Amino acid sequence: MAPLGRADEVSRKIKAGYIKANDRLTPVERLEIYSRSYWYRLIDSMYEDFPGLLAVLGPRAFDKIVRAYLADCPSRSFTLRNLGSRLHEWLGKNKKFAGNKIDVALDMIALEWAHIEAWDAAERKLLGPEDLLEPGPDLRIGLQPHISLLDLRYPVDDLRIRAASAHTEHETASNAVTKPKKRRALAVGRLKPQRIFVAVHRMDDSIYYRRLAHDEFRILEMLRERKPVGRALAKCVKESATPVAELQKNLEKWFASWAELGWLCGI
Amino acid sequence: MPANRFNGFTDYGIGIGLRIPHYDHILSRKPVVDWFEIISENFMIDGGRPLKTLDQILEQYRVVQHGVSMYFGSAEKLNREHLKKLKALVKRTKTPWLSDHLCWGSVDGTYSHDLLPMPYTFEAAKVTARNVREARDFLEVPVCVENVSSYAEFHVSEMTEWEFLNEVVERADCGILLDVNNIYVSSRNHSFNPYEYLNSVPADRVAQIHLAGHSKFQKYILDTHDHPVIDPVWKLYDHAIKLVGPTATLLEWDDHIPSFEEVHAEAMKAERFLPVAAV
Repeated sequence: MAPLGRADEVSRKIKAGYIKANDRLTPVERLEIYSRSYWYRLIDSMYEDFPGLLAVLGPRAFDKIVRAYLADCPSRSFTLRNLGSRLHEWLGKNKKFAGNKIDVALDMIALEWAHIEAWDAAERKLLGPEDLLEPGPDLRIGLQPHISLLDLRYPVDDLRIRAASAHTEHETASNAVTKPKKRRALAVGRLKPQRIFVAVHRMDDSIYYRRLAHDEFRILEMLRERKPVGRALAKCVKESATPVAELQKNLEKWFASWAELGWLCGI
Repeated sequence: MPANRFNGFTDYGIGIGLRIPHYDHILSRKPVVDWFEIISENFMIDGGRPLKTLDQILEQYRVVQHGVSMYFGSAEKLNREHLKKLKALVKRTKTPWLSDHLCWGSVDGTYSHDLLPMPYTFEAAKVTARNVREARDFLEVPVCVENVSSYAEFHVSEMTEWEFLNEVVERADCGILLDVNNIYVSSRNHSFNPYEYLNSVPADRVAQIHLAGHSKFQKYILDTHDHPVIDPVWKLYDHAIKLVGPTATLLEWDDHIPSFEEVHAEAMKAERFLPVAAV
């Protein structure tokens, strides 16, 4: 579906052929009511979902990206919740839109999409004794579906928390036409690169960004890939720069922490 | 018609739309509300706070589902995955009936997220009724169609909007969610008599009524759900109640949402019109 509102002469003729005028509006003017509402609704949804990206890029660049993205990737879902699902991939192929902020923009999108996923993803039954009846090298442990593991080049997590202070929950309304809303972007300085590992997760119905150690991140990634626990640990011990004794202590600490956070579940 | 087969033989009174800004008030103060209407799509998810909140609401209140993306008027058949998710929610809420709009809004899997107007043709009525029947049979719950506000009309239309509504509900043998504000908005945008519309609606099929506020512009009216209900719409509601009897009534307020008390008080104004019809 081509977005409405790009009315060239041909589409004007088509619209006039299908749509009646009335005593106040031409066919094109009548369709433009829908066109404006379409763009307000979708752009508004992107502002709601990506306040961090808005802070990174500023309002002008953000608006340009959102409009170009929506023109290339119109919604393919019944819910606006999924509207930004292809933004990371799209911007990766259209880097010119973010200029020299492309890396931090891509990191921020990854974080913000993980935030959306964490909000309403399923929560499986926590790992229980019954899942550990046959511990051994083939034991597999699952990670809760609401957890995303991110390897980022910039510390965008803190910025997102600041940018989203005025963020509101997403909600679809019934049959209401969307009107334009005023938006304010958080003014931020340039972020310095810093590789961070982050788990975006949900606890007590709130979303948290938890920074992870590199080894911790790698083990969790392997669990997510459903690799046996024994193999994941062996690989980590083999490849880690941390002395084994220290790593062993860390492992105990990490597993205890993951269990406490409710991250572990059966497969 | 307080209870009929299109609203599951219930006799619900005045309700309001369940909206996020009111969650805390509702759960902590437990106000007396006859029923809440939820937007199905906000809860067709796998987990998290929305579903937990819904479950808490369901423990104490009656809930009816209202959808915005089934698009009965779209040419293609309904999306089976969508229907499965909707059915899971129907089982959760035990909604006595379910509604969505008499409109289209998607083409080949691309969604407008709008309630687009339909050409009022016999062919469109046939396709729409097929979709309504399919939804009802799959969901195993009475389905009602709601008339939408519209801003455009098609040259190819073969009948009026109310004739089209009648054609669809007769063919689908389904109920009507009569949106009185939408009739008013469209009557102003398309210069028809809203009372002629109301008088032609088959009273025995009306399962629920919607009320809302709108925004007036110089050349048209927009259905924005961000104001109180205006007097001409209350008068239409009064007329509708005289025609169909006391009917489950719901106030929609979706933007610039005021306090719970204000929204509820606005909805309860409908009470003024109900006893008269009940006599």
